[in-house]
Amino acid sequence: MLRYVQRRLLVAIPVVLGVATIVFALMHLLPGDPAEVMLAQSGGQAETIERLRQQLGLDLPLHVQYWRFLRNLVRGDLGESIWLRKPVSQILWEQLPSTVELAVAAMVLAIVGGVSLGLLAALKHNSWADRAVMVIASVGISMPVFWSSLLGIYLFAAQLRWLPATGQGDLRHLILPAAVLGYGTAGSVARLVRSSMLEVLGQEYITAARAKGLFWRVVVLRHALKNALIPVVTMLGLQFGGLLGGAVITETVFSRQGLGRTMVDAIIWKDFPLVQGGVILIAGMYVVVNLLVDVSYAFIDPRIRHEA
Amino acid sequence: MMRSRNAYVVAAAESGPRSPWAVALARLWRNGAALAGLGVLVAMGLLAALAPWVAPYDPLAMDLPNQLQPPGASHWLGTDLLGRDILSRLLYGGRATLVTALVAVSISVVFGVSLGLVAGFYGGIVDSCLMRFVDMLLAFPRILLALTVVALLGVGLGNVMLAVGIAGISGYARIVRGAVLSVREQPYVEAARLVGCGNRRILFRHVLPNVLAPVIVLATLDIAHALLSASSLSFLGLGAQPPTPEWGLMLNEGRAYLRVAPWVTTVPGLTIMLAVLSVNVFGDGLRDALDPRLQVG
Repeated sequence: MLRYVQRRLLVAIPVVLGVATIVFALMHLLPGDPAEVMLAQSGGQAETIERLRQQLGLDLPLHVQYWRFLRNLVRGDLGESIWLRKPVSQILWEQLPSTVELAVAAMVLAIVGGVSLGLLAALKHNSWADRAVMVIASVGISMPVFWSSLLGIYLFAAQLRWLPATGQGDLRHLILPAAVLGYGTAGSVARLVRSSMLEVLGQEYITAARAKGLFWRVVVLRHALKNALIPVVTMLGLQFGGLLGGAVITETVFSRQGLGRTMVDAIIWKDFPLVQGGVILIAGMYVVVNLLVDVSYAFIDPRIRHEA
Repeated sequence: MMRSRNAYVVAAAESGPRSPWAVALARLWRNGAALAGLGVLVAMGLLAALAPWVAPYDPLAMDLPNQLQPPGASHWLGTDLLGRDILSRLLYGGRATLVTALVAVSISVVFGVSLGLVAGFYGGIVDSCLMRFVDMLLAFPRILLALTVVALLGVGLGNVMLAVGIAGISGYARIVRGAVLSVREQPYVEAARLVGCGNRRILFRHVLPNVLAPVIVLATLDIAHALLSASSLSFLGLGAQPPTPEWGLMLNEGRAYLRVAPWVTTVPGLTIMLAVLSVNVFGDGLRDALDPRLQVG
């Protein structure tokens, strides 16, 4: 078990390094000089551009820049934001809790909602409840987050006045953004739980468990659901990336602080060091979450534990 | 003379041995939901293509005395803050939004398939290097990768196409490589090599057609992804710029008047959702038709 976790950890290191390398490559190899692009809006003079190039180290040979970039990254130094004049790592550190809070709340709602709906659909296969769940799930998957956010605000804040429209602070401010962000994921989870449960419920060990005289509830929850959840866990890891991406939009619409909103602002202000740091942090979080998913298999599926 | 759908299916079944594509087509033909999805998409595409002829108003023409009119006889879907006809903007906006999604997916397909073909066919160090690169790309949430590319190239619809396209490359590279690895060992590839076919001919005449089915399915479902990503970027102000009619941007423009004029955001929102839903339903049907083993949900 420990060896399995160690091996997965070792695999994650080159991936994180690769992520940083790709961000570096994108920043340096795509057409357009960051210094020029950054100062284009303010009509920068050649002299100012040159000074910024020097400040960002863009005048150095590429391999030297890459080495410096990696060395600073390992130390947690992501440079200084041009727009906010603060260390990038400090800005990201300040914004991180809000985004994590939103993404985790959305994920929890997605899991609770998705698993219950999927379970209901599978147990009432081919009934009106099954069809209703599939419609709710398909709509969730197809709905752009920015529209579901606006609809949520219109319905629950403007019309019903149940929840605040924007801002953050207490739990009431979190419910609406987390629900609209989690809705799409809940749809995917519900569909997968349904198909996975239908497959598992047809297996012989379920018939055997029933024949043994076990209560149906015990069969469903202890025997079927546990096995049906394995593919769902894989999907949750991948969906977490979508939630982090979706947070960019949700934070903007709900005027919440967070990494996503900071990233969009940084892009609009052409603040490359901040964009670079934000991308590395979010991609790094995505890698870590998928690593946790891999490790969690060992707990859910004893076959993996024994192979390791 | 009209023949019923079943008559076609029976005729197809009676015509003896059929190609896998014909079998898939017959299966798709029996899937009502998938056909409905396709129908909606074709209708949307046609309406967008014919926008200059079918749109009742100029999508950019402002009419301030008639701002924020609710849907009615003169403006079927109402007007926006500047009095522009929402139906006309929706029709023209379809051009921008749908073309962006299609171009983005084409970019992903061309680069992803090429990478996958080369990696799978040549193997060895080429494969290792290319696939490590693809793995790294997969480590980014897609919208984040698209955001990064837009950050570098600047805002605009053209850059959004490229950004969303680049973000989608890795999926194709992965499935094509996997498929090529299994196809490469098939006797017909060996036979082609024995009769003196060059690598390029083997790749494009023998390997590519046999890995096409999963690519078609992925590309179809990917249009939904691209539609959502591209309209999200425009919504954030990073894609289409005013006054261009584009669905995501239209939603953003209506945001501030949500309470007084909800139709300004509802119309483009519903349209995007309908387009994405249709693509998903059609894509699911296509997947079931091309590979029944993958049937889910």
